[in-house]
Amino acid sequence: MTPFAIAPALPLHAAGKYVAGAYIVFVVVILIYVAIMALRLSRMERQLVELNHDLARRDEAGEAGEHQRQARHPDDPDGGREPARAGRSAGDSSL
Amino acid sequence: MPTYGKGLRGLSILTLVTITAALILVFFYVPLDATQGFIQKIFYIHVPLAIVSLCGFVFGGVLAVMHLRTGDRRYDLRSYVAIHMALIFGVAALLAGSIWAKASWGHWWVWNDPTLVSYLIVLLMFATYTPFRFSIEDPERQARYASVFAILGGAFVPLNFIAVRAAQEYVHPRVLTLTGSNLPGPMLLTFLVSLLGIALLYVTLWKYEMAAKNARMQMRALRRRLLGDDDIRPLPRSAAPSL
Repeated sequence: MTPFAIAPALPLHAAGKYVAGAYIVFVVVILIYVAIMALRLSRMERQLVELNHDLARRDEAGEAGEHQRQARHPDDPDGGREPARAGRSAGDSSL
Repeated sequence: MPTYGKGLRGLSILTLVTITAALILVFFYVPLDATQGFIQKIFYIHVPLAIVSLCGFVFGGVLAVMHLRTGDRRYDLRSYVAIHMALIFGVAALLAGSIWAKASWGHWWVWNDPTLVSYLIVLLMFATYTPFRFSIEDPERQARYASVFAILGGAFVPLNFIAVRAAQEYVHPRVLTLTGSNLPGPMLLTFLVSLLGIALLYVTLWKYEMAAKNARMQMRALRRRLLGDDDIRPLPRSAAPSL
Protein backbone atom coordinates (compact mmCIF):
# COMPACT_ATOMS: atom_id res chain seq x y z
CA MET A 1 0.00 0.00 0.00
CA THR A 2 1.43 3.40 -0.98
CA PRO A 3 1.52 6.20 1.62
CA PHE A 4 -1.06 8.16 -0.38
CA ALA A 5 -3.50 5.26 -0.35
CA ILE A 6 -3.59 5.22 3.46
CA ALA A 7 -3.68 9.04 3.69
CA PRO A 8 -6.68 10.34 5.55
CA ALA A 9 -9.31 12.18 3.58
CA LEU A 10 -9.85 15.87 4.39
CA PRO A 11 -12.56 15.96 7.03
CA LEU A 12 -14.86 18.94 6.82
CA HIS A 13 -15.83 19.33 10.45
CA ALA A 14 -15.48 22.33 12.69
CA ALA A 15 -11.68 22.29 12.71
CA GLY A 16 -11.58 22.85 8.97
CA LYS A 17 -12.24 26.59 9.11
CA TYR A 18 -9.45 27.13 11.65
CA VAL A 19 -6.93 25.14 9.62
CA ALA A 20 -8.01 26.97 6.48
CA GLY A 21 -7.73 30.27 8.36
CA ALA A 22 -4.16 29.56 9.50
CA TYR A 23 -2.99 28.61 6.02
CA ILE A 24 -4.86 31.53 4.46
CA VAL A 25 -3.08 33.89 6.87
CA PHE A 26 0.23 32.55 5.58
CA VAL A 27 -0.81 32.96 1.95
CA VAL A 28 -2.22 36.45 2.57
CA VAL A 29 0.99 37.59 4.29
CA ILE A 30 3.02 36.36 1.32
CA LEU A 31 0.60 37.98 -1.14
CA ILE A 32 0.78 41.31 0.68
CA TYR A 33 4.55 41.12 0.52
CA VAL A 34 4.47 40.28 -3.20
CA ALA A 35 2.02 43.18 -3.80
CA ILE A 36 4.37 45.59 -2.00
CA MET A 37 7.28 44.29 -4.07
CA ALA A 38 5.21 44.77 -7.24
CA LEU A 39 4.47 48.38 -6.26
CA ARG A 40 8.15 49.01 -5.64
CA LEU A 41 9.03 47.43 -8.96
CA SER A 42 6.54 49.63 -10.82
CA ARG A 43 7.97 52.69 -9.04
CA MET A 44 11.45 51.62 -10.07
CA GLU A 45 10.27 51.19 -13.66
CA ARG A 46 8.81 54.72 -13.60
CA GLN A 47 12.13 56.05 -12.30
CA LEU A 48 13.94 54.20 -15.07
CA VAL A 49 11.66 55.78 -17.69
CA GLU A 50 12.26 59.17 -16.06
CA LEU A 51 16.01 58.56 -16.14
CA ASN A 52 15.90 57.61 -19.82
CA HIS A 53 13.84 60.73 -20.53
CA ASP A 54 16.32 62.95 -18.62
CA LEU A 55 19.23 61.39 -20.47
CA ALA A 56 17.58 61.92 -23.84
CA ARG A 57 16.90 65.56 -22.91
CA ARG A 58 20.49 66.01 -21.79
CA ASP A 59 21.81 64.49 -25.02
CA GLU A 60 19.57 66.79 -27.09
CA ALA A 61 20.75 69.81 -25.11
CA GLY A 62 24.36 68.65 -25.55
CA GLU A 63 23.98 68.30 -29.29
CA ALA A 64 22.35 71.72 -29.60
CA GLY A 65 25.17 73.28 -27.55
CA GLU A 66 27.74 71.51 -29.70
CA HIS A 67 26.23 72.98 -32.88
CA GLN A 68 26.23 76.46 -31.35
CA ARG A 69 29.86 76.14 -30.27
CA GLN A 70 30.89 74.86 -33.68
CA ALA A 71 29.12 77.82 -35.27
CA ARG A 72 30.93 80.27 -32.95
CA HIS A 73 34.43 78.64 -33.24
CA PRO A 74 34.61 76.98 -36.67
CA ASP A 75 38.47 76.69 -36.57
CA ASP A 76 38.77 75.22 -33.07
CA PRO A 77 38.39 71.39 -33.20
CA ASP A 78 37.45 71.46 -29.51
CA GLY A 79 34.77 74.06 -30.18
CA GLY A 80 35.86 76.23 -27.21
CA ARG A 81 34.45 73.55 -24.93
CA GLU A 82 35.27 73.53 -21.23
CA PRO A 83 36.57 70.29 -19.69
CA ALA A 84 33.70 68.08 -18.57
CA ARG A 85 32.96 67.95 -14.87
CA ALA A 86 33.43 64.48 -13.45
CA GLY A 87 30.39 62.99 -11.74
CA ARG A 88 30.56 61.08 -8.51
CA SER A 89 31.20 57.42 -8.97
CA ALA A 90 29.37 56.12 -5.95
CA GLY A 91 25.73 56.74 -5.16
CA ASP A 92 24.46 57.48 -1.70
CA SER A 93 21.08 56.03 -1.84
CA SER A 94 18.27 55.49 0.51
CA LEU A 95 16.67 52.14 0.07
CA MET B 1 28.53 46.14 -5.92
CA PRO B 2 27.27 42.58 -5.34
CA THR B 3 24.37 41.11 -7.30
CA TYR B 4 21.75 39.44 -5.15
CA GLY B 5 19.61 38.28 -8.06
CA LYS B 6 22.07 35.52 -8.93
CA GLY B 7 20.52 32.09 -8.47
CA LEU B 8 17.20 33.63 -7.47
CA ARG B 9 15.25 31.87 -10.20
CA GLY B 10 16.47 28.41 -9.17
CA LEU B 11 15.94 29.20 -5.52
CA SER B 12 12.39 30.41 -6.19
CA ILE B 13 11.55 27.20 -8.06
CA LEU B 14 13.07 25.07 -5.30
CA THR B 15 11.07 26.99 -2.69
CA LEU B 16 7.85 26.55 -4.64
CA VAL B 17 8.47 22.82 -5.10
CA THR B 18 9.33 22.30 -1.41
CA ILE B 19 6.29 24.24 -0.15
CA THR B 20 4.01 22.38 -2.57
CA ALA B 21 5.49 19.06 -1.37
CA ALA B 22 4.98 20.14 2.24
CA LEU B 23 1.32 21.03 1.60
CA ILE B 24 0.75 17.67 -0.15
CA LEU B 25 2.32 15.87 2.81
CA VAL B 26 0.29 17.89 5.32
CA PHE B 27 -3.09 17.34 3.69
CA PHE B 28 -2.72 13.96 1.94
CA TYR B 29 -0.04 11.97 3.71
CA VAL B 30 0.42 12.63 7.39
CA PRO B 31 -2.15 10.89 9.64
CA LEU B 32 -4.46 12.83 11.90
CA ASP B 33 -3.24 13.51 15.41
CA ALA B 34 -4.81 11.14 17.94
CA THR B 35 -5.82 13.86 20.40
CA GLN B 36 -6.13 17.07 18.38
CA GLY B 37 -7.40 15.64 15.13
CA PHE B 38 -7.49 17.82 12.04
CA ILE B 39 -6.66 21.05 13.87
CA GLN B 40 -3.13 19.78 14.54
CA LYS B 41 -2.32 20.44 10.87
CA ILE B 42 -1.74 24.08 11.83
CA PHE B 43 1.39 22.79 13.57
CA TYR B 44 3.10 22.30 10.18
CA ILE B 45 2.82 25.99 9.33
CA HIS B 46 2.87 27.65 12.74
CA VAL B 47 5.99 26.03 14.22
CA PRO B 48 8.21 26.37 11.10
CA LEU B 49 7.19 30.03 10.79
CA ALA B 50 8.05 30.64 14.46
CA ILE B 51 11.39 28.78 14.24
CA VAL B 52 12.42 30.52 11.01
CA SER B 53 11.46 33.95 12.36
CA LEU B 54 13.55 33.40 15.51
CA CYS B 55 16.48 32.14 13.41
CA GLY B 56 16.01 35.24 11.23
CA PHE B 57 16.43 37.49 14.25
CA VAL B 58 19.61 35.62 15.21
CA PHE B 59 20.80 35.86 11.58
CA GLY B 60 20.21 39.61 11.70
CA GLY B 61 22.29 39.77 14.89
CA VAL B 62 25.14 37.81 13.30
CA LEU B 63 25.15 40.16 10.29
CA ALA B 64 25.16 43.11 12.69
CA VAL B 65 28.27 41.65 14.36
CA MET B 66 29.86 41.48 10.90
CA HIS B 67 28.92 45.12 10.35
CA LEU B 68 30.54 46.28 13.56
CA ARG B 69 33.62 44.13 12.96
CA THR B 70 34.23 45.17 9.36
CA GLY B 71 32.57 48.59 9.22
CA ASP B 72 31.06 47.51 5.91
CA ARG B 73 27.61 49.13 5.65
CA ARG B 74 26.37 46.37 3.37
CA TYR B 75 26.20 44.10 6.43
CA ASP B 76 23.92 46.64 8.08
CA LEU B 77 21.66 46.49 5.04
CA ARG B 78 21.67 42.67 5.15
CA SER B 79 20.93 42.71 8.86
CA TYR B 80 18.08 45.19 8.34
CA VAL B 81 16.49 43.01 5.65
CA ALA B 82 16.98 39.83 7.73
CA ILE B 83 15.18 41.40 10.71
CA HIS B 84 12.50 42.89 8.48
CA MET B 85 11.73 39.49 6.93
CA ALA B 86 11.87 37.72 10.30
CA LEU B 87 9.32 40.18 11.63
CA ILE B 88 6.93 39.41 8.75
CA PHE B 89 7.34 35.66 9.39
CA GLY B 90 6.88 36.27 13.10
CA VAL B 91 3.57 38.07 12.57
CA ALA B 92 2.37 35.19 10.37
CA ALA B 93 3.44 32.68 13.07
CA LEU B 94 1.63 34.68 15.74
CA LEU B 95 -1.59 34.86 13.72
CA ALA B 96 -1.50 31.15 12.83
CA GLY B 97 -0.78 30.27 16.47
CA SER B 98 -3.59 32.48 17.66
CA ILE B 99 -6.04 30.68 15.37
CA TRP B 100 -4.79 27.32 16.67
CA ALA B 101 -5.15 28.55 20.27
CA LYS B 102 -8.74 29.59 19.63
CA ALA B 103 -9.56 26.18 18.18
CA SER B 104 -7.67 24.17 20.82
CA TRP B 105 -7.99 26.19 24.02
CA GLY B 106 -11.00 28.34 23.18
CA HIS B 107 -9.01 31.59 23.50
CA TRP B 108 -7.16 33.65 20.91
CA TRP B 109 -4.44 34.33 23.46
CA VAL B 110 -3.44 33.07 26.92
CA TRP B 111 -1.16 35.07 29.20
CA ASN B 112 -0.08 32.24 31.48
CA ASP B 113 2.00 30.40 28.90
CA PRO B 114 5.69 31.42 28.89
CA THR B 115 6.22 30.27 25.29
CA LEU B 116 3.53 32.57 23.96
CA VAL B 117 4.42 35.57 26.08
CA SER B 118 8.17 35.28 25.51
CA TYR B 119 7.63 35.03 21.75
CA LEU B 120 5.44 38.12 21.89
CA ILE B 121 8.17 39.97 23.83
CA VAL B 122 10.77 39.06 21.19
CA LEU B 123 8.43 40.13 18.41
CA LEU B 124 7.52 43.43 20.06
CA MET B 125 11.17 44.13 20.77
CA PHE B 126 12.08 43.70 17.12
CA ALA B 127 8.98 45.68 16.12
CA THR B 128 10.73 48.69 17.66
CA TYR B 129 13.81 48.14 15.49
CA THR B 130 12.51 50.13 12.51
CA PRO B 131 11.15 53.11 14.54
CA PHE B 132 14.45 53.04 16.45
CA ARG B 133 16.38 53.38 13.21
CA PHE B 134 14.06 56.14 12.01
CA SER B 135 14.67 58.11 15.19
CA ILE B 136 18.39 58.48 14.33
CA GLU B 137 19.03 60.92 11.52
CA ASP B 138 22.76 60.48 10.97
CA PRO B 139 23.18 57.36 8.74
CA GLU B 140 26.50 56.34 10.33
CA ARG B 141 25.12 56.49 13.86
CA GLN B 142 21.89 54.87 12.71
CA ALA B 143 23.79 51.89 11.28
CA ARG B 144 26.00 51.52 14.37
CA TYR B 145 23.23 51.80 16.95
CA ALA B 146 20.94 49.53 14.93
CA SER B 147 23.69 46.91 14.83
CA VAL B 148 24.06 47.05 18.60
CA PHE B 149 20.28 46.68 18.90
CA ALA B 150 20.28 43.72 16.48
CA ILE B 151 23.11 41.98 18.36
CA LEU B 152 21.39 42.39 21.73
CA GLY B 153 18.08 41.27 20.26
CA GLY B 154 19.70 38.33 18.48
CA ALA B 155 21.43 37.24 21.70
CA PHE B 156 18.16 37.59 23.59
CA VAL B 157 16.46 35.00 21.37
CA PRO B 158 18.44 31.88 22.50
CA LEU B 159 18.54 33.13 26.11
CA ASN B 160 14.80 33.55 26.00
CA PHE B 161 14.43 30.07 24.49
CA ILE B 162 16.48 28.52 27.31
CA ALA B 163 14.49 30.43 29.93
CA VAL B 164 11.22 29.19 28.48
CA ARG B 165 12.53 25.61 28.36
CA ALA B 166 13.41 25.88 32.03
CA ALA B 167 9.83 26.89 32.87
CA GLN B 168 7.86 24.18 34.62
CA GLU B 169 4.34 25.33 33.95
CA TYR B 170 3.24 25.71 30.38
CA VAL B 171 0.23 25.16 28.21
CA HIS B 172 2.18 24.75 24.99
CA PRO B 173 2.93 21.13 24.12
CA ARG B 174 6.63 20.12 24.11
CA VAL B 175 7.04 18.30 20.82
CA LEU B 176 10.65 19.11 19.99
CA THR B 177 13.21 18.60 22.74
CA LEU B 178 16.98 18.77 22.89
CA THR B 179 17.15 14.96 22.94
CA GLY B 180 14.96 14.52 19.88
CA SER B 181 11.37 14.82 18.82
CA ASN B 182 8.22 13.21 20.14
CA LEU B 183 6.79 13.01 16.67
CA PRO B 184 6.16 9.73 14.87
CA GLY B 185 7.98 9.18 11.54
CA PRO B 186 5.42 10.57 9.04
CA MET B 187 4.76 13.62 11.20
CA LEU B 188 8.47 14.29 11.66
CA LEU B 189 9.06 13.97 7.90
CA THR B 190 6.19 16.36 7.12
CA PHE B 191 7.39 18.80 9.75
CA LEU B 192 10.95 18.77 8.41
CA VAL B 193 9.79 19.31 4.81
CA SER B 194 7.58 22.19 6.01
CA LEU B 195 10.47 23.66 7.97
CA LEU B 196 12.72 23.40 4.92
CA GLY B 197 10.06 25.03 2.73
CA ILE B 198 9.58 27.96 5.10
CA ALA B 199 13.34 28.36 5.56
CA LEU B 200 13.80 28.42 1.78
CA LEU B 201 10.98 30.95 1.50
CA TYR B 202 12.75 33.15 4.02
CA VAL B 203 16.04 32.97 2.09
CA THR B 204 14.26 33.58 -1.23
CA LEU B 205 12.38 36.64 0.05
CA TRP B 206 15.54 37.94 1.72
CA LYS B 207 17.37 37.68 -1.58
CA TYR B 208 14.45 39.31 -3.44
CA GLU B 209 14.44 42.21 -1.01
CA MET B 210 18.22 42.58 -1.23
CA ALA B 211 18.09 42.45 -5.05
CA ALA B 212 15.36 45.11 -5.13
CA LYS B 213 17.24 47.41 -2.77
CA ASN B 214 20.46 46.85 -4.66
CA ALA B 215 18.77 47.68 -7.98
CA ARG B 216 17.35 50.91 -6.54
CA MET B 217 20.75 51.88 -5.19
CA GLN B 218 22.47 51.15 -8.47
CA MET B 219 19.87 53.15 -10.37
CA ARG B 220 20.32 56.12 -8.09
CA ALA B 221 24.10 55.88 -8.39
CA LEU B 222 23.74 55.74 -12.18
CA ARG B 223 21.45 58.75 -12.17
CA ARG B 224 23.95 60.64 -10.05
CA ARG B 225 26.81 59.78 -12.37
CA LEU B 226 24.91 60.63 -15.53
CA LEU B 227 23.00 63.71 -14.48
CA GLY B 228 25.17 65.12 -11.72
CA ASP B 229 24.35 65.95 -8.11
CA ASP B 230 22.08 68.92 -8.87
CA ASP B 231 19.42 66.83 -10.56
CA ILE B 232 19.06 64.34 -7.70
CA ARG B 233 16.38 65.11 -5.15
CA PRO B 234 17.67 65.10 -1.55
CA LEU B 235 16.99 61.85 0.27
CA PRO B 236 14.09 61.88 2.72
CA ARG B 237 14.73 60.70 6.26
CA SER B 238 14.47 56.94 6.32
CA ALA B 239 14.75 53.95 8.64
CA ALA B 240 16.30 51.96 5.81
CA PRO B 241 20.09 51.84 5.55
CA SER B 242 21.77 54.10 3.03
CA LEU B 243 25.09 53.20 1.47
